[in-house]
This record gives sequence, structure tokens and C-alpha cells, in this order.
Amino acid sequence: MKTQNQKAWYFVLPVLLLVAFNALIPMMTVVNYSVQETFGNNVFFWEGLRWFEELLNSDRFHAALGRQFLFTGLILLIEVPLGIIIALSMPRKGPWVPVCLILMALPMLIPWNVVGAMWNIFTLPDIGLLGYLMNTTLGIDYDMTQSPFAAWATIITMDVWHWTSLVVLLSYAGLVSIPDAYYQAAKIDGASPFKVFRYIQLPKMKQVLTIAILLRFMDSFNIYTEVFVLTGGGPGNSTTLLSIDLVKIALGQFDLGPAAAMSLIYFAITLLVSWLFYTLMTKDDAK
Amino acid sequence: MAKITLSKLRHSYMPNPTSPDDYALKEIDLDWSDGGAYALLGPSGCGKSTLLNIISGLLEPSEGQILFDGKDVTALPPDQRNIAQVFQFPVIYDTMTVFDNLAFPLRNRGVDEARVQRRVSEIATMLEVTDLLGTKAAGLSPDNKQKISMGRGLVRDDVNVVMFDEPLTVIDPHLKWKLRSKLKELHQKVRATMIYVTHDQTEALTFADQVVVMQDGEIVQIGTPVELFERPAHTFVGHFIGSPGMNVLAAEMRDGGAFLNGHHIALEGAVTAQDGTPQIGVRPEFVRIGDTGLPATVRKVSDIGRHSVIEAMVGDTSVKAITEGAVPEQGADVHLQFQQDQTRLYRDGWLATEGAAS
Amino acid sequence: MTLQVSNITKIVAGQVHIKPTTLTLETGHFNVLLGKTGSGKTSLIKMMAGLDPIADGQILMDGQDVTKLSTQKRNISLVHQFFVNYPHMTVYDNIASPLKVAGMAQSEIQGRVEEAADILQLRPMLNRRPHELSGGQQQRTALARAIAKESRAVFLDEPLANLDYKLREELREQLPELFAGRGAVVVYATSEPEEALLLGGYTGLMDDGNVAQFGPTAALYRKPETLVAAAVFSDPPINSATVTKEGNIVRMGDAVWDAPDAGMADGNYVVAVRPHHVSPVQTAKNTVALSGEVLVTELSGSESSAHFRMPSADWVSLAHGVHPYEIGVTHPFYLDPSACFYFAPDGARVIGETA
Repeated sequence: MKTQNQKAWYFVLPVLLLVAFNALIPMMTVVNYSVQETFGNNVFFWEGLRWFEELLNSDRFHAALGRQFLFTGLILLIEVPLGIIIALSMPRKGPWVPVCLILMALPMLIPWNVVGAMWNIFTLPDIGLLGYLMNTTLGIDYDMTQSPFAAWATIITMDVWHWTSLVVLLSYAGLVSIPDAYYQAAKIDGASPFKVFRYIQLPKMKQVLTIAILLRFMDSFNIYTEVFVLTGGGPGNSTTLLSIDLVKIALGQFDLGPAAAMSLIYFAITLLVSWLFYTLMTKDDAK
Repeated sequence: MAKITLSKLRHSYMPNPTSPDDYALKEIDLDWSDGGAYALLGPSGCGKSTLLNIISGLLEPSEGQILFDGKDVTALPPDQRNIAQVFQFPVIYDTMTVFDNLAFPLRNRGVDEARVQRRVSEIATMLEVTDLLGTKAAGLSPDNKQKISMGRGLVRDDVNVVMFDEPLTVIDPHLKWKLRSKLKELHQKVRATMIYVTHDQTEALTFADQVVVMQDGEIVQIGTPVELFERPAHTFVGHFIGSPGMNVLAAEMRDGGAFLNGHHIALEGAVTAQDGTPQIGVRPEFVRIGDTGLPATVRKVSDIGRHSVIEAMVGDTSVKAITEGAVPEQGADVHLQFQQDQTRLYRDGWLATEGAAS
Repeated sequence: MTLQVSNITKIVAGQVHIKPTTLTLETGHFNVLLGKTGSGKTSLIKMMAGLDPIADGQILMDGQDVTKLSTQKRNISLVHQFFVNYPHMTVYDNIASPLKVAGMAQSEIQGRVEEAADILQLRPMLNRRPHELSGGQQQRTALARAIAKESRAVFLDEPLANLDYKLREELREQLPELFAGRGAVVVYATSEPEEALLLGGYTGLMDDGNVAQFGPTAALYRKPETLVAAAVFSDPPINSATVTKEGNIVRMGDAVWDAPDAGMADGNYVVAVRPHHVSPVQTAKNTVALSGEVLVTELSGSESSAHFRMPSADWVSLAHGVHPYEIGVTHPFYLDPSACFYFAPDGARVIGETA
């Protein structure tokens, strides 16, 4: 192996430096905070694992984590099947293809805080288009600043509106890569549309779906901006997801130590669940 | 199994075809009998795949009818035509086992499980894939994948026709002959009507009892492999079949005879057509190098082991000859002799001499 | 130009993919690498082109060590089995692209592109884009790019494999003329023995990551040194069987023929004979009668082949014309004893001289 070209490593070096600078160093700072207590002025007291123990036994943390899982679970359950259905119903040839693709991509192009603000105004009971329609025309009592159910329905709808496109576009990319011969063969083999989906489309979409689910899991599990702008975590604590709670502790209460410990646990959970998803979904390929 | 009739069939990919050139498939009338092995042979773009897709129902023809056993199926979709098709690239259901892949067309039609078991194991035995039945289809080699695709085409015994669309494209050259002969063997066992589309003369001639040669959307000759080789009805057939193909030489007609570069060439029989550009057709196998005959200069000698291909220039015309044994040197002056009963006249491409025997 | 490789090796994850290989490739004729899929042709080409790392050994161009020189700096061309052209560029720009990269003057580029286009009959297509071309035209564009570039070495990796049969025949005939007198070392990989013979020049027979034999193509075909070399250079597959030499005769089952003159000691040998030396008809040369059950027959244009089963081995016969075989029936075949190669029992070396 002595003449093996080792130059490639130099090309990776900038990336390694960048990752070190924007990920490793901040992370080590967080680790540092998580085992100490501070009251400002850059004075620190050693606390060991105290924050971790307290946090893992805290009802507030459990509730926020539960809400976070509920949110992610719900949006995955809605967005993945919905995304696949939309992708399946999109045209695969002809002049409508670019139109559909652009329409689909639009929501994703809007900045996150704008999405939150848009939906906030949209749902106002007195002047918001949706809020006004629901209350006045349909006669449904809808005010997400009062009802936790309405707040949840709104954040879920907002996320579905914002991010189903990602699942659609990735699934669509998987679908158009299937050669015509597969559909022709299935027709000739007498396969029903469901079987075509089950044995041709789904297996061929599997890889991109794995990516879509992973991305949607990570993004929704770490969601902050849109929900914060829309509900601020309310009414009460009903939509205080993990990330919102974290910011409350860190910046609202300036409890840097507990917040750092929470960040690390948060990070560990995201990593663990992503790994689980990935392992489960690629299990068959390894065989 | 069924007899297939194509009646006044034409197809154009344009919405409003006007001139004959707008048609990817020019008018075709054809009868294929029950249980025969047929090949559609031609270069890419000759319309053979269009014709195949029309027969399978993936494409609806602009004009004309397709009849299976006299019944008009022109408007029926593929799944109602009771056909099977094997594609150029293997189509397998990745997530299923080999067994389930083979059983798929049967189970979709509600065939009872005992019969499914029997048919699948029969086909697996024929294709020599019995020990693969339990494995997932995704991990197979390309040639085994294509065998499974073929198996799905053959597993139903009630199909009207089994069609193969260049099925050996992805097969390693050194395995091709095995699958080629396997297909022939399968046809002899199952006796289904089979149509095989290819640009490869060996595949077509090996597989088929009758070969349909196509060029530019038109059928130029239908015949047995021997007929196509021995008496090409069109210069294209002569050129396309055989390697190297038939010599097609610009000729001059005068005094009731054919002349090549000023030398009279004896033809197999009487000339039957008086109009059209005259060309002489003679296969390299029937051109001999001798002491007398057409004077020519050797341009190139290719030793391909079992014989040599000599390219000689008669004036500006290049003539190829196949020789076994001693070969002349490049640049040498030689004489060429055309075997008379294998030397024909073509006019505007079409055969224009009477056969020596008939 | 001379391209020399000396003891180059490829090792991937501890496995030897290309065994130490030493070759001297010259300009003025085709250098063919012949072998089955997976025998290492493409690997060897990529190593010579500098696209794949080599574990050991040296590559010299005109005596200059280029082992560590990047592909871009070696001035070489590579044409793949798949048609590789820039889809967004016209044929002209595709052919001109390497010249533009080299910073050549516009007028010279035009001259070279037009010359290459003329040779490959691409003149009328210069303003089209690759997707408007047929497969043959696309591959001709790729070849024109290689020609216009005037590289020191041109690597052609099964460039005709994806073309129609007849088109392949035509381009194959033109190829040696295209590169004649251009001064580039041409390396051509193929899996078809007949293609190697038609292209002439020199051939390296590849098997399992190893160049089994290298030499002038026709000589190699007539004098294989090992059974492997004989087998690589045969399509349909070469016939082989174990024979016994006793005194003046060679015995294979019931068949007996005169032993070749060259001093062969009595004992067992492996005989190998190409399919076209086994004929269904008796001739002055094909004298030794064999018989076997016909398993499979094939017809390719003017030739027909039959695979038949004898007690000792399955053999193939290839003959001109169409022969009336019946599957499952025992037919007579006649062997030409003067065309037999004899190898040591392990097939490792050839014994005696052959015609």
C-alpha cells in the first residue's frame, strides 16, 4: 500500500476544521457548563452529575419530552403517508411536471419565523382568514390562544403544510427512477394497483423514504422557531416542546447548568432515535 | 396458445401523419401460426419494438387490427390479452423470493396454491434455478435475474404468446450462448407461440423457425434462417445477415447483362425487373480468389483465425472474400470469381433475378 | 510513444485484483486486452490511465515515470463502454472540450475538430446535442474527442459493446484506420476473441487479474502457451479432454490418431482443439471420427454450431453452412488432429509444436 495516493486527506481537512469549529468546540463548552453552576461573572462551581439526575427525575422534563414525541409521532404519521399519496398522484411526464414541482417546493422556501408569523395571523379569530372562517362561517369555537386542542391542531397543520413537500419530492424522485418496464411487466403479470405499489413502488422508494423519515424526524424533534412564533408554548404549557422548554430554562431563567445538561440529553435522544430508525429501516438491505 | 394475425397495421407517433415517412411502422399484414418461434430482426429504430408493443397492447396502433385466433384484441389492455413479455432489462420484484416472483403471475389470477407449487417447480427445473427458489431476488446476478424474468413469462400455460424484447442485452457475452440455447430448448418443451425481438443475427437465427427482417418500419423479408442467408430478397437482408454481410456492388446493365467495372458478371438466372438502380449481390463466402476472373487489388487481409477476410478493390468498388488456407498479400493483384448460382441482381434493393434451382 | 508498465499490482481490501503485470505497449498497432467480464481488463486500463491507485510497480511513458502523475497531466484519452458525452454541449463542443481546457487557439481547435469529425463522419451532426444522436453517433463523438485531443495514449474500454451488431462490425473495421499514423498508444479492451483477431496488432490474454500471455495477435491465437490462454482466445469455448499418448498414437476414448512428431513422452496430456476444427463432415484434414449426442445447435448467419456430449467431455463443433442436426440424436463429428494443442496434465504449459 506504500504508493497509495494519500492526497485526498488534504481535501477533507477544511471540512474537519469547520466541523471542529462550529460543532465540537461549542459542544465541549456545553459539556463544560453541564457539570457546573454559575451565577454570572464567569464564576463556576463544580456540580458533577447533579443537573443530569435532577432533570431525569423532573416532571417538567418528562412532560416536555412527551409532548415532543407526540408532536413528532403525529407529524410523521400524517406527513409520510400523505407525502407518498401526493407523490403517487403527481404526473410523471408532460408539461404539468415542472408546475407541480414548483408548487410543491414553495412552502419549503419560506423562512421558518415567517411561517410561524403567517400562521399566527392566519388563525387570529377576529381578522385571520382561517380563524374568522372557523368561528363565524362554520360556527366552530376556534381560538388557539385559549384551547390546547386548537393549538395542537394548528401546529400540526402548520408543520404538515410546511414540510409534507419534502416527503413528496423525495418520494417523487424515487418514483420517476422506476423504469417503465416494471409497470408494463406488472400489467402483464396481472398485478392490481395495490400490488404495484406494494411490490414495485414502495421497494423502489424505500431508500429515499428512509432519508425523508430521518430528516423529518430530526427536524421535527428539534423544531423551535415556528412553534415559538405561533404559540409561544401556550396556552399554558400545552405546546411547550422540549426545545421551547430548553430556551425558557437557559435564557428565561438563566440556568445555564441545567440547560446544558438538558441539551446533552436532548442531543443523545435525537441521536439514539435516529440511529434506531436507520437501523430498523435498512435492516433488510444488510442481508 | 394462439394464432396471431396482424391486419393492415400502421403506426405513427405523430398525431396527424401525412406522408409515409411519418409512420414508424408502415403497413403490415402478417399471420403467425400457433406454437411457432418467430424473431423480429433489425437495427435499432427499425420499428421492431413498436411492433412488439402493439402486439402486447402497451401501444395502440394508429390503424389496423391485431387478432388472436381471429378475435380482435386491438382495443384490449395488456392484462386482458393473456400474454407474457420478457424485457430487455430484468424486471424482478426485489422484496420477494425467487419462488414468489415466479408465482406472482399465477397468484394474481387466483390459481390454486397446489397448482402454483407445481408450475413454479416445473419452470424452475427447466431454467435450472431450483436451488435459488428460497433466496431473495434482489441479490441475484444479472443473468439469474433475467432467467427469473423469463420464468415469469413462461410460468402460465394459458398465454396466447410469449414475447422477448432483446432479453440477452445484460447477459455476460460468455453466458449468452447458454441462455440462447436454453430459450430454444424451452420453446421446444412448452410449444408456446413465441416472438423474439433482437438486432443480433445469431440470437434471431438460433431461436426462430421464421425470421421477420425489418428496416425503416417496413418488413423486408420473412423467411427461415436458411432462406435469409441463401437468398436474401433485399440487399438490406444480405448486408444485415452474415458477417461480413453480402457484397452489394453498383452495376451497369447493358446488352441484357450485368457489368461490374466493365466486366460481365454471370448471374444466377434471368433478370425479372427492368427498372431501378441495378446492384449485384454476392456473399463473401461465394467469392473465390483464382487465376482468372475479375482483376482486383488486395487492400486488406484480416486473419480471423478460422478463415481470412480479403478486401479487394475492383476499380473503386470494394469486394470482400472469405478464404480458408493461403492468402494473398496486401497490394497483390488477384482475380476474383463469383460463384454463379449465388450471384444475384437487385434493383432498387429488391431481388431481380430468378433462382438457379427454381 | 511507448507505454510501459512494470510489475503493477492492484490490491483492494487485502485481495489481489491485478497480479504483478509487466507489459510494453507500442504505437503503430492496436494493443488488445482480451478476457471475460471480471478478468481485470477495466482495472488494468484504469490503472494505466491513473484513475485507480496501484499498490506497487511503475508506469512509464516514453521512459518517463508517470506513476505519480495525475490523470489530467498524462495527456491520455479514455472511451467507455457507455456513451459518455456532455449532454448540454453540441457535438462540436464535445469534441472541442479537451482542446479548450488545454487553452488551444480557436482556429486550431476548429481545424482539429473538423478533421476528427470528417474521419468519423460527424460533419452533419456538429451542431446537434448528444440526445439527438443514435448510439453509434454518440460513441463516434466520444471517439472523435479522443482523436482530436492527440493524446499520447488512448484507452478504449469495450467501446462497441453497447452498439447494434452490424454497427459494431462497421466501426470495428474503421477503428484501426482511425488511429493509424497518429502516434498514440492504443489500448483496446474486449471480451470477444473475434474482435481481437479483427483488430490485429498485439493482444494480452487476461484471466483472473493476470495477463496469461502477450504477443502478436495471430501468433497468440496459433500458439497458446497454456490451456488458459487457449481458452480465453476461443468463442465458442475451446474443446478439451484428457488423452493418453502411447508410442505413435494418441488415444481419447475410442478415438485414436497419430501422435505429433515433436518429442512427447508417453503419458497423459490435455488436448485442446478449437470448435471450427471439429466438423460434422469428413474432409482431407478432418479425419478422426468422434460421435456424440447433440445437445444444442445454433446458427449465426453463415455458420452453425453444435454442442455435443461424448462419454469423456462435452464439445462444440463450428462449421460453415447449415447442417441438419437433431437434438438428442447421436451424430458423427470429425476432428482435425493437426490442429490439436497438447498441454501438460495441469494445463500449465504447451507440449510440442503445433501447426
